Amino acid sequence: MKRNIILILIGLALALWPLGGYQEGIIILMCINCVAAMGVSILTGFTGIFTLGHAAYMALGAYTAAILTVRYGISVFPSILAGGFMAILVAWLIGLPTLKLTGDYYAIASLGLCEAIRLILENWQSFTRGSRGFPGIEPYTTRGFAVTIFIFLAIITFNFLESRLGRELKASRDDGVAASLMGFDTHKSKMKALVISAFYCGISGALLGGYMGFIQPSMFDMMKSTELTAVVVFGGLGSLSGTILGSAAITLIMEYFRDISQYRMLIYGLLLVIIMVFRPEGLLGSREIWDLKMGVKK
Amino acid sequence: MEKILLEAQDITVNYGAIKALSGFSLKLMEHEIVSVIGANGAGKSTFMNALMGMVRITGGKFFLEGSPLSSKNYKIVRSGLSLVPEGRRIFTPLTVEENLRIGAFSRKNRNEIRDDYDWIFSLFPILKERLKQYAGTLSGGEQQMLAIGRALMAKPKILLLDEPSLGLAPIIIQNIFKELKRINEQGVSILLVEQNAKQALLLSHRAYVLQTGRLLKEGFSRDLLEDSDIKAAYLGQSS
Ligand SMILES: Nc1ncnc2c1ncn2[C@@H]1O[C@H](COP(=O)(O)OP(=O)(O)O)[C@@H](O)[C@H]1O
Ligand SMILES: [Mg+2]
Repeated sequence: MKRNIILILIGLALALWPLGGYQEGIIILMCINCVAAMGVSILTGFTGIFTLGHAAYMALGAYTAAILTVRYGISVFPSILAGGFMAILVAWLIGLPTLKLTGDYYAIASLGLCEAIRLILENWQSFTRGSRGFPGIEPYTTRGFAVTIFIFLAIITFNFLESRLGRELKASRDDGVAASLMGFDTHKSKMKALVISAFYCGISGALLGGYMGFIQPSMFDMMKSTELTAVVVFGGLGSLSGTILGSAAITLIMEYFRDISQYRMLIYGLLLVIIMVFRPEGLLGSREIWDLKMGVKK
Repeated sequence: MEKILLEAQDITVNYGAIKALSGFSLKLMEHEIVSVIGANGAGKSTFMNALMGMVRITGGKFFLEGSPLSSKNYKIVRSGLSLVPEGRRIFTPLTVEENLRIGAFSRKNRNEIRDDYDWIFSLFPILKERLKQYAGTLSGGEQQMLAIGRALMAKPKILLLDEPSLGLAPIIIQNIFKELKRINEQGVSILLVEQNAKQALLLSHRAYVLQTGRLLKEGFSRDLLEDSDIKAAYLGQSS
């Protein structure tokens, strides 16, 4: 399909465009952030469940991959996947009780989850080396690797959102009662969305470890969680292309204005206020970018 | 002999201290159209929601073709009941096509699903023209047609409708009720609850009159249309 080809071309450009080391690093970070943001987009944008703790799944992915590769000498790819699956497991345990209830229980639980995981990582010194951080991770996240995983997941996600499962998530977002009447088990639908989104964040965290070579619990704090959700709202709830654009834009802004990065929360706050005032539906609203071009309106 | 398709026995539903239904019983035969009429607040929606497993019943039992009905809504849908809810509740941010496809969620056979699209387009041709349009941009009547089409995509044995005439112009109501008759003639049994007693009685074979959660009267619709009490209380002003 046309969309897949365009994504592959973007991927080739991102991977092969001759760039200096600094710019290359920004592209890698962009891809890593986009993977996590796509995960949150599936949950928040397409299933309507707010989260304030998805950095926790990134942390789980990062530490799982790091410990497996460094301490147990397991090869890179299975370790990254294991990071994704660790995130799935924890998401499943958290989702089981909280997603059964209607309302924003998951959002509240996710806040606690994020802090709990960070505290465990900080205090389980013998296993994680605590707040000193975990060094010596093999630099496996090259530009080509990060771009490949990002584009691969982007293609899968766009297609999956138009599949049966994608429609299931959107139905439970738009009207839970009507979705039940269509024969959905809405608790299961929400669980699926949560588990998938956790997987993306786990992979993203594992990639981040392989890029930085060093991870520490404070990289996955509430600020990171807020950033993930902010980016999805900024791009437009229910628009995957909006999420990707939003995430890429914010990564660029943050990297090129590193000097002011201690004000990042201030910047997010400002951006969100501007969006709420001038474009409450987000950058792209709930439409994909090609729908806007064709003039299809809400 | 005609077969009993659906049976409700002594259904009781309480919302806290409010008794919404007190021992209401009903039967629906195969190929039949049955309506439940009653004023606002009589308990009609409560009955439909209880039947679909969306509201917990405090007493009574439902039977589908002689076996107890599940209390889980997704199992109820799979066993052949499909409700067009009050206020339609279509997925407004999604397209007409997506709405119809979501309706077919509980089914597997792709060829059959394709045939059912054609069937629904033959009932409501406007939906075919609006296929790629966002459902929220449809007119009220079109939205009701979409809600009915979506419910039919589940290929139900029984189509349940909660006030399909709500908020629609008389001419559109007649149009929709005409199609309901056709749907029934093609083998789908229909259970309809309505405040619009006249339209419901004109369409249905039999009817139950519900008043504050209790059965007031039941009988053949054509008899109820002539019943002086019913005429005075329910047919007075309605079109
Ligand atoms: N969720 C609810 N909580 C409390 N009371 C309700 C609820 N739903 C309906 N009721 C009450 O139950 C009675 C029956 O309502 P309903 O079944 O909606 O009637 P109808 O559909 O015939 O208009 C009304 O008195 C209504 O106020
Ligand atoms: Mg009602």
